[in-house]
Amino acid sequence: MAEEVKKEAPKLFKVTIDNITIEVPPGTSILNAARQIGGEVAPPAMCYYSKLQGSGGKCRTCLVEVAAGSTADPRPMPKLVASCRTNVMDGMIVKNITSEKVIDARNGVVEFLLLNHPLDCPICDQAGECHLQDLSYEHGKESTRYEFSRRTFEKHDLGPYIQLHMTRCILCYRCVFTADQISKKRVHGVLDRGDHAEIATYIEKSLDNDFIGNVIDVCPVGALTDKTFRFKNRVWFTKPVDAHRDCPKCSGKVQLWMRGKEVFRVTARKDEWGEVKDWICNDCRFEKKDTADWTIEGPSHVSRHSVISQGHYEKLEKPNETLVKVLDGRAPKLLMDIHSVSEVNKPTVKLSAIEGPAHSDDFNTAK
Amino acid sequence: MGRKVLLDKAHIEGIRYYDVYRKNGGYAAVEKALKMDPAAVVEEVKKSGLRGRGGAGFPTGMKWSFIAKPEGVPRHLVCNADESEPGTFKDRYLMEFIPHLLIEGLIVSSWALGSNNTYIYIRGEYAWIVDILEQAITEAKNNGWLGKNIMNTGFDCEIHVQRGAGAYICGEETALIESLEGKRGNPRIKPPFPAVKGVWDRPTVVNNVETLAAVVPIINLGGEEYAKIGVGKSTGTKLISACGNIKKPGVYEIDMTISVEEFIYSDEYCGGIPNGKKLKACIPGGSSVPILPANLLLKTAKGEQRMMTYESLSDGGFATGSMMGSGGFIVFDEDQCVVRHTYTLARFYRHESCGQCSPCREGTGWMEKILKNIEYGSGKMSDIDLLWDIQRRIEGNTICPLGDAAAWPVAAAIRHFRDEFEWHVNNPEESQRRNYGLAHYADERQVVVG
Ligand SMILES: Cc1cc2nc3c(=O)[nH]c(=O)nc-3n(C[C@H](O)[C@H](O)[C@H](O)COP(=O)(O)O)c2cc1C
Ligand code: SF4
Ligand code: SF4
Ligand code: FES
Repeated sequence: MAEEVKKEAPKLFKVTIDNITIEVPPGTSILNAARQIGGEVAPPAMCYYSKLQGSGGKCRTCLVEVAAGSTADPRPMPKLVASCRTNVMDGMIVKNITSEKVIDARNGVVEFLLLNHPLDCPICDQAGECHLQDLSYEHGKESTRYEFSRRTFEKHDLGPYIQLHMTRCILCYRCVFTADQISKKRVHGVLDRGDHAEIATYIEKSLDNDFIGNVIDVCPVGALTDKTFRFKNRVWFTKPVDAHRDCPKCSGKVQLWMRGKEVFRVTARKDEWGEVKDWICNDCRFEKKDTADWTIEGPSHVSRHSVISQGHYEKLEKPNETLVKVLDGRAPKLLMDIHSVSEVNKPTVKLSAIEGPAHSDDFNTAK
Repeated sequence: MGRKVLLDKAHIEGIRYYDVYRKNGGYAAVEKALKMDPAAVVEEVKKSGLRGRGGAGFPTGMKWSFIAKPEGVPRHLVCNADESEPGTFKDRYLMEFIPHLLIEGLIVSSWALGSNNTYIYIRGEYAWIVDILEQAITEAKNNGWLGKNIMNTGFDCEIHVQRGAGAYICGEETALIESLEGKRGNPRIKPPFPAVKGVWDRPTVVNNVETLAAVVPIINLGGEEYAKIGVGKSTGTKLISACGNIKKPGVYEIDMTISVEEFIYSDEYCGGIPNGKKLKACIPGGSSVPILPANLLLKTAKGEQRMMTYESLSDGGFATGSMMGSGGFIVFDEDQCVVRHTYTLARFYRHESCGQCSPCREGTGWMEKILKNIEYGSGKMSDIDLLWDIQRRIEGNTICPLGDAAAWPVAAAIRHFRDEFEWHVNNPEESQRRNYGLAHYADERQVVVG
């Protein structure tokens, strides 16, 4: 009996990443193993997307050093490897943030990604939820060594809902893989090559597929944006809440981005790595902008590190202490009370007798 | 006089056609090989020590033995005739003048690997060669060397010619496979390697034209006999396409026993530097390999004679050596400007990057712009270190070796010719007016070997 159980249990691979050892099933990528450890140990990923088959390997932000290939062959790998597309071996030793080589290469990749990026964050709808923005805060330098004019493209409308701002694209191919997976006949892809390559459709064909709106969610930057939300608000002024509706096309599980009672934007729900949990359809995303369309479940979880959390109170707790208690039973009158410890506050002046905010004249006892 | 086994008959009148080729011993290798066990053919290739002629120099026999053989899944042999590396034009010569040699090599190799459908992926610009190959294939088929049940062995084989559409990157084997499948020619992320999942996810071997042609003399002579040509791990002969400032540019078959000096100066090969000029530098193996100044080209850092072999050309690593690469031998005389030349190559790599991975996509464009500034008189001294830093961060961090190929020439130019870059920065006007670099790297001698 015990033997049978043993047989069924799959053999796990031991892998050590930044000195932390975990066990993962064979076939797990280094990146996904690192994500199980979490925190800083998980390399940044700008192109890999666990839900998109074939994605990854392109942006090179997730490069790591393999200090030992496996127990069987403990030689180090000669080059840094893309952790999203390299599977763990038993006994592998990986260095991510503990490797100077990795940090140096990653800084290089960030510099390359920002080289031709317009940095128009002040007018970009993605600002606040942009992975490139986060990445450059973490690794970028304040200034650039690039002294040439940046590459630009014309903006394109891909149908009524989606705008393509190619200038901001980092060519992660996520949208291409998304379209490949959700539609039978993908109509957009990459044209041309090198630093003049672009995401495009032939002859400005609109992207029409019930699920094509998801390309907006997978885009790590502001290259594909929601035209129904364009310039309407900054994401950090809106509050994300989880909501659902009975949808004949998709799961109907979405996130509403609200300000007051108004629904500004509808997106799919995302996990802690910023990946879509369930694809949603265009109806839910673009057509249902009324709170009455939705059953609201409650505030969505927002990472404390995200700027979106600034306008967002997930668990509002009323403090036990009231102001009166803090003031030793005195009723709060004017803010000037804080000067009770300073010279300004002459005991001869009765603060409660002053109407409106006090100013220096009120304390001019010489008068 | 070096030994020739590939181009020995290329000068025969009409050798392009089947009858003449056959009369001169053609298709003997097919007759011999198809009577052997496929594994025995692979064994001969292993014994021959043949190394891939496409650039990387990987042992061919070993590559063949890696091919996966899952039950019921077809396998494919693909001949890489994309030849787009600047300075390399040897495959073109072979295919144009003695096409049946390649077809014969393909049949033998297909037999060894079990490929019933073999592909030639040819550079799109070689349009006229497609016709030559198609004709050779038809002739071979009409004479029973291709098609069904070849030589009553039960072996079927077809060769298909596919034209590329003008992209250097489609010479990289996985980009080639994508392109062959009708997709955008982006290199694949490895693993899986083509030997396991290649064309249509079937086990595939991709080899260079010259590599596959060399299988013919290997079978005719026997692997051991072939291995006696050349020295050390550089067995057999190598086609070198020589160009630049030499008296006799062209394609030469060398037997890898001669020195670089002999190759450049002797009348049998390049014939020396024309117009009484001196040798300044050379790229010995196609645009991707490091450029060497004359002193390091003719002698290694240890002071030994540098030979035209895989080992000797890479002696000293990248610090003082280079690579055999694809055999594109580009010679510079004292008037040539290394900065201008490096800029030209940077332009090429920027244009040819597929754009998949960020370091290569963005880095190649950046290097090109900086080099342009230096070349056209608006460079800064700090640009040189910046260039070094950019190439360093591209190299080794990309999906395919094109990133490395773009980084290496820049690195080598700065490593060996730094003062020429500095001279450009300090003398912007003069450097533009003269449009050539510093001559002090030049080899003092003019003609050494007679
Ligand atoms: C950017 C790039 C371009 C290449 N172009 C060619 C080519 O034109 N012809 C070729 O034979 N190999 C080319 N290669 C090398 C191939 O990837 C592959 O290594 C070769 O075809 C293997 O054949 P071999 O083992 O016979 O040398 C290229 C490699 C890279 C990275
Ligand atoms: S548009 Fe967005 S998702 Fe598509 S490739 Fe560019 S950055 Fe990636
Ligand atoms: S290194 Fe350059 S050519 Fe190769 S995959 Fe990356 S971007 Fe494409
Ligand atoms: S996330 Fe791994 S290369 Fe982009």
